[in-house]
This record gives sequence, C-alpha cells and structure tokens, in this order.
Amino acid sequence: MFPELNNLLNITPDRAEQGKLTLLCDAKTDGSFLVHHFLSFYLKANCKVCFVALIQSFSHYNIVGQKLGVSLTLARERGQLVFLEGLKSSMDVFFQANEEPHPLQFLREANPGNLQPLFEFVREALKPVDNGEAVWKCPVLLVDDLSLLLSLGVGAVAVLDFVHYCRATVCWELKGNMVVLVHDSGDAKDEENDILLNGLSHQSHLILRTEGLATGFCRDVHGQLRILWRRPSQPTAQRDRSLTYQYKIQDKSVSFFAKGMSPAVL
Amino acid sequence: MAAAATCGTGAGSTASMASEASKSNVTSFQRRGPRASGTDSGGTRLVSIAGTRPSVRNGQLLVSTGLPALDQLLGRILTVIFFFFTEEDKYNIYSPLLFKYFLAEGIISGHTLLIASAKEDPADILQELPAPLLDDNCKKELDKDVYNHKTPESNVKMKIAWRYQLSPKMEIGPVSPSRFGHYYDASKRIPQELIEASKWHGFFLPEKISSPLKVEPCSLTHGYLKLLQFIQNIIYEEGFDGSNPQKKQKNILRIGIQNLGSPLWGDDVCCTETCDNSHSLTKFLYLLRGLLRTSLSACIITMPTHLIQNKAIIARVTNLSDTVVGLESFIGSERETNPLYKDYHGLIHIRQIPRLNNLICDESDVKDLAFKLKRKLFTIEVREFLCFSLQS
Repeated sequence: MFPELNNLLNITPDRAEQGKLTLLCDAKTDGSFLVHHFLSFYLKANCKVCFVALIQSFSHYNIVGQKLGVSLTLARERGQLVFLEGLKSSMDVFFQANEEPHPLQFLREANPGNLQPLFEFVREALKPVDNGEAVWKCPVLLVDDLSLLLSLGVGAVAVLDFVHYCRATVCWELKGNMVVLVHDSGDAKDEENDILLNGLSHQSHLILRTEGLATGFCRDVHGQLRILWRRPSQPTAQRDRSLTYQYKIQDKSVSFFAKGMSPAVL
Repeated sequence: MAAAATCGTGAGSTASMASEASKSNVTSFQRRGPRASGTDSGGTRLVSIAGTRPSVRNGQLLVSTGLPALDQLLGRILTVIFFFFTEEDKYNIYSPLLFKYFLAEGIISGHTLLIASAKEDPADILQELPAPLLDDNCKKELDKDVYNHKTPESNVKMKIAWRYQLSPKMEIGPVSPSRFGHYYDASKRIPQELIEASKWHGFFLPEKISSPLKVEPCSLTHGYLKLLQFIQNIIYEEGFDGSNPQKKQKNILRIGIQNLGSPLWGDDVCCTETCDNSHSLTKFLYLLRGLLRTSLSACIITMPTHLIQNKAIIARVTNLSDTVVGLESFIGSERETNPLYKDYHGLIHIRQIPRLNNLICDESDVKDLAFKLKRKLFTIEVREFLCFSLQS
C-alpha cells in the first residue's frame, strides 16, 4: 500500500471503514496501481479478501505485492486470500462440458444472462467461518476489472446486478468492503461501459479517478488522481467532498502532490 | 497506460491510416530464490532459451520484436508472451513488415512459429520474410544510410525546435550485434535453408474450416474457435505450457495472426456498427490471452481497425492487449506532400506499454516518432520538425 495515499484518504490498516463501496476508475491511463494499493492495504489490515482477478495473472499481483510488503502466496495458503484467476481457468471453463458449474461459466454462453455463479462464489468465499472465532477482520471483495465482463459478453445490467448482490451481501450483511475497477472509455463511446460506470458512480462511497494529463505525456507526472467522497444513501444538500492530486509512480511506491507542485518542477 | 500522445497527431481520428500494435504479456514463469545468473539448479525456472534475455526488472523473459529500434521504444524489450496487436495501415504496407520482422526474428532465434491467416497461405508468408543482415554487411549499410541522412539535417539546425535538437537521436545502429535482436534487409528474401531448418505450424482458415452447416452455435465465431483449438493443441503437444518438462529443451512459440477481425475470419465487426458477433473478437482475445499467459509464447496480431465501425470495440481490444503501437502511413494522405514529412513514410505511436509484474513501465520519453523504410532498413527516429508552424 502507498502510505501517501492512505494519508490522502485518511485511512490506516487499523482504522479501515466498513460497509463501503470504492470505485476505481481510469481514463486514458492505467489505474491498476490503485488495485495493488487496496489489495496490499486490506491484506495488511488483516481482512479476508476475495479477489476476482480477470485481467492479470496471480504472479503479476504477487510480484508487485511483494514490493509493497505482502505475500499473496502466503495469504492464500493461510486462507486470508481467495483468488479467482480468470486467465488461468478461462480456457478450461470455455471448453468444459455444460453441466459443470463454475464461477466463470458465462464464458461458455453465447449470451450470458447473469453472473449468479460468480456471485455465489464470492458469497461462499467470504462467508464467516462456522467455528465462531473471528480470525479475520471484515471481508473485502476486490474485482479487476468489471469492464472486462462487458467484453466477454455480459450485459451492463447483469454486471450492475452482480455488484448490487455483492454489495447487499458483502457491504451490508457482512459489514465488509468492496473495491472495483472500471475503465472509462472516454471518446470511444462505449455505451455499455458508460452505463456501468454511471450506475456504479451513484452507488459508491468513494471514487478514485485517475486520468492522464490533458497536456500529454510527462516523465515526472504520470497522471492526476481525483478523489471523491460521497454519501450515496443520504440525500444531501451539501456537496460531496473532492480533492485532486497529481501523482508519479515509482518502483515501490507512488508519490502524490498538489497540482503543479511536482518536485521536478519546483 | 501512458497519457495521450503528442500534439498534432489525432490518434483516434478515423481519417488517419493508423495501424496499431499491441502486445500482451503472458508469462507466469518466475524466478525463485536469489537472482543468480541463471546457473542455479535449485528451483530457478528462468532457463536460458535462445533468442531471449531475462529482465532484471520484473523476472520476465524477454524477446525481440525483430526491430531493435522498436524493442527500445517498447520499454527496452518486448517481454515474452505478449499479445502483439497491430492495426493495419490503410494500404497494408508497413504493418505487414512488423509482422514479418517478428516472425523472421523467430526463425533466426530458433523459435517455433505458428502463423495463422485467413487470407494468405502461411507457407507463402514464410517465403516473404526478410533476410537477416549479416554483421559486417549490416554495419556498412547502416553507415551509408546514416551518412546520407545526416547531411541535410545539419543544415536545418536553426529550424528545429530546441527541444528536439537536444533530444538524442533514436536511430539505432547495430553497434554491437548480439544474439538478441537482429536487423533485416527488407529488399531480400530469407534464405530457403533457414526456412527449412525452422519449425513452424500454419493455420490457413479456408483449409481448416469445415462446412458451416455442421457448426453448432457458439459464442465464438467458428474461425476463431478453430484457431483457438489449434493454438491450444500446439502449445500442449509441444510442451510450451510446461507439460512434458523433461522432454526437450525449452523454446518459445511465436504466434502471428493476420487480419484478425476481418470478414475473412467470419467476423462482422468490420462490416456493421452493431454486429451480432460483437463479443466474439474480444472473447477470443481474452481466451488467447489466458493461453499465452500460461505458456512460453509471444504473439503478434494484425487487425484492420480502420475498418472497425464501432470504436468502443477498439478500446476494449486495447484493454485486453498489453502493448499497442500505431503505425500511421502517409500514403494517400495530405501529409504525403507536406514538406515537413518528406523524409518519412509515416508516424509511429506507442499507444500502450504494459506494466507487467511492476508498478512502473519503461516508457520512452520521446513520443514524436516517425519511421521510414530506407532502401533496406526500417528505421524509427525522433520526428525532427516543429509541431507548430514557423513563419519563414
């Protein structure tokens, strides 16, 4: 996790909030560093994490995780991390017989109706253990990324339904957290993706939006991060709080600074 | 993903004859234990394979695209197991070159090739690969070309923006020819004996596809399904996925897929804006990505994205790929006669570079890149002209 980002968000592994949906969104840039941040953050916070990793392999997250001070292998072995590796199982699922259930069985279907098997996988992974002892703190669901589901034939509404069911179970029932990544297609006018993004924006408590710089590439400033705190369940007249920072990604950390205050410029 | 590219180049414009390349990294082979030089017998899995080099940064195996200049721009090196995905330029002249360089590099390095096309017989594609430049000839050729190129440049110092003048020339010469990355002579064909000595598999769609009447409806277009099965079989049978480890020396599988998405593959993504098989292409790419991720293979795909009506699909394909490079040819465009561009054949846009096993990626600082096909060599240079006009 990135200590500077924790400061900006005013959270620490000891004091993680509960029952929140965090939306990570990237536009014209790669926001995956936020996924690594939250993964390592919640593992360090001793939460039980279910990670639906569709776009990259386990070893990718593991190697970056080690730079950030967590071992995914260890977490998985002791039961703290449930990792669904989409890429590894995709071919097997696709060519498997129709009767065998699998969380990713929508890959087999020409027009997948819903993501119920995936939801049931998540629910099973995060349900409290029966022996009564609370080994881990609150459960966390992490998804990287939801836009990919649209590319695989799942409709935007089905994805929103899946998120809704997960929120009901993970955030409300189990008092856990959810972090999901969605790409913003920007000029590409991906209507389904826009529906998904807008729908999630209204449901989220916290939105972290990374954007490329409007002026183009810069070696010292990799992009801009906009943080938006929301209260979706309360109709409120007061404006949601929002802050904007610029950032630079380094080998093992990310540094944040106010706009125009990059160390390279000062 | 890097922020939007430089001034002047409309990366998303439909008028541009852009071709894009993207690669996706696939490997999950990683080093265990201390980073030794590879002679560890205790558990290290990064074996040394001809034509590859281990990355010190992220424990990946790296292969060359066949164009050392491009290797350098793509974060020094192309990591293995990538989707290398190129849009075709409108007249399909320059991106097939990238395709062929990639395959030729595979032959020279002793990798196994898998060539898939719906348009051309893979055996014919093989015959058209460029010949490698031998070391001493190579140096002579490059010196000649560099000399011819340099003379006009020195006279136009005053017209060059100071920013460009100070930035290093990107032009790469084979200063120290190594076994990683070779140079090719685009005007000559690869020697027949090299082809015969190489191992390759061809997938020519018209031969492989059976009558459409027998096909069950599936979420993938029939052509894609067949290709996927073909690739999976080769990977499994020849042990690129780690099965049969004791059988033989590990090697890389270089896959080249031509014209993916074109109607010749049975896909209508280039024909209409809202197509029935809109997910077929992206699903195929996802499954292929999964295949590549779990095997020692690198993949180059060319795609006629200028024909794809629905731009959202291009965005989705980009997200599924690891590296995306754009080739914008000047042929037939107004830029062809523009004096600023007279020395070049087109522009190169590095649209996306992967962050594999890493938070950062090796982005090149220079984004204004142009390419030209000199008599024999494909070179990439910093675009040395102003991006705003000067009153003369």
